[in-house]
Amino acid sequence: MALTVLVMIPTRNLFAVIVLSGIYSFLMATALVALDAVDVAMTEASVGAGISTVLLLGALYLCKGEEAKPVHKPWLPLAVSISVAALLVYGALGLPEFADPSAPIHQHVVPRYLQNEVDVPNVVTAVLASFRGYDTLGETTVVFTAGAGIIALLRRRKPRDAQP
Amino acid sequence: MGHFAYIVTIFLMVAGLFIVIARGNLIKKLIGLGIFQTSVYLLYVAPGKLLGGTAPILAAGYTVYSNPLPHVLILTAIVVGVATLALGLALVVRIREAYGSIEEDEILGKEGGA
Repeated sequence: MALTVLVMIPTRNLFAVIVLSGIYSFLMATALVALDAVDVAMTEASVGAGISTVLLLGALYLCKGEEAKPVHKPWLPLAVSISVAALLVYGALGLPEFADPSAPIHQHVVPRYLQNEVDVPNVVTAVLASFRGYDTLGETTVVFTAGAGIIALLRRRKPRDAQP
Repeated sequence: MGHFAYIVTIFLMVAGLFIVIARGNLIKKLIGLGIFQTSVYLLYVAPGKLLGGTAPILAAGYTVYSNPLPHVLILTAIVVGVATLALGLALVVRIREAYGSIEEDEILGKEGGA
């Protein structure tokens, strides 16, 4: 996965980059299966690797397929990235160990979710639709707003509206 | 094992950040943003894993389940992510129509010259 990203950074052919990002999404879905997040993996494989790739290819069809040579030397972004990485590593060292059952994340509300209060065996569905239903409502609002924005941006202008 | 998952996450996150800052091409920037976003999925889901746990689908014979709450949050995040990606690409297409380019430097040059 990391290798895919490393190849992606210097590649200037945008088609290759988009295909690589699709491969990266599938690898991410595999990693999510290994982490027991089957629902997320399925969504990532269909949305991340499927719809995103189609959208990117559609945009590429309307634009130019080659990236221009970078004019600046990337030293400043590199320095920023490395310092951010150092800060994040320092922060991550304070997190609980991987797969530690006594970590706070496993102690708070989750034992209650796992008691099957809503009679749906898939706990992810139960939490999504029942305990955190308003999240999905907000999500729908975001998707609707994005759709409205895209229509407003890409609508064919009538001739009398057209800019000279 | 320890913090290995977090280190991988941080590497992906910083790689995405680097692409967003360093590259001038707007589509490449959006792909970098996508990588940044997927690294956040990993950051949320990785702490929810329990060794010996199974996926959080209740069934007889299993007692240890991985944490379902991050999965729910990330499901929402993926869908919102694709919506923002689509909106960003629509903006890129409009910029291309208006300026004839999707390179940041060329666009800024035209802005300055106009």
